[in-house]
Amino acid sequence: MLLFAGTPFAMNRIMIIRIIALLAIVLIFWLGTRKMKIVPGRFQSLVEMGLDFVRVNIAEDLLGKKDGRRFLPILTTMFFMILFFNLTGIIPVLNIAGTSVIGVPIVLAAVSYICFIYAGVRKHPAAFFRNALFPPGVPWFLYIIVAPIELVSTFILRPITLTLRLLMNMVVGHLLLVLFFSATSFFLFTAGGWWSLLSIGSLAFGFVFTLFEILVAVLQAYVFALLTGVYIQLALADEH
Amino acid sequence: MADISTLAELSGNIATVGYGLAAIGPAIGVGIVVGKTIEGVARQPELAGRLQVLMYIGIAFTEALAFIGIAVGFIFT
Repeated sequence: MLLFAGTPFAMNRIMIIRIIALLAIVLIFWLGTRKMKIVPGRFQSLVEMGLDFVRVNIAEDLLGKKDGRRFLPILTTMFFMILFFNLTGIIPVLNIAGTSVIGVPIVLAAVSYICFIYAGVRKHPAAFFRNALFPPGVPWFLYIIVAPIELVSTFILRPITLTLRLLMNMVVGHLLLVLFFSATSFFLFTAGGWWSLLSIGSLAFGFVFTLFEILVAVLQAYVFALLTGVYIQLALADEH
Repeated sequence: MADISTLAELSGNIATVGYGLAAIGPAIGVGIVVGKTIEGVARQPELAGRLQVLMYIGIAFTEALAFIGIAVGFIFT
């Protein structure tokens, strides 16, 4: 506990990092969209590129123009929130991702879960749960096997895998960086002698994996928003 | 006198190799998904964007098993 210790608002390091990331999101989007020009400047076009990526490649590609518009705000929020919270993992001084404790991933997975069930119930008020559990076109005796599998995979495993995928990617990335940099410190200062030559290798690997973590951070934000889009798409699909 | 009924003895916790075992399946799966996508793009380059989206969805589903493998190590200790 670092801030306000002893009060109900006690905050540890990760919460402070989340607040810093939140302020960064607000600041960047405020600066990027403050003075909108028809011919965008360098910073505005960067922000527009990010927003366009979510709109074109995730929302409209999966859901089409009309439904894409409806679910665009939640997909954009998810993408940029996860992206910024993940990127704190590789920023010096902060050094840990805001999503590497289970709270944030579980809340985001719950939002995604509620969102796709809402989308499905809204589109097919009577038939959503029936179509989800008893997919049409399957012989009736197979429903004995199919219905439990669909129940587990759609309504139980989807939120669990969304949570675990994000959380474990960030935890494992942090552990890998810790291992490489503490190995460097060990070889250089504790082991001594010829061992210190190995520290060059472990430092180089630590650096390479830091770059790899940037890729993972972007990819996980993309995958989370993409999967939410896919679940909404499946819930909206008309039965054949 | 040596204990002749024991051929090999394992001390410590076998859970340490658990994640290694759990990663085999998803590793093969992700390899197949990416390989097939490359094959598809090589045959029909104009579908590259669509195939890439499908590839990421496929990878996300496959690698979830590996991450359940990591989580199990934290839960059942």
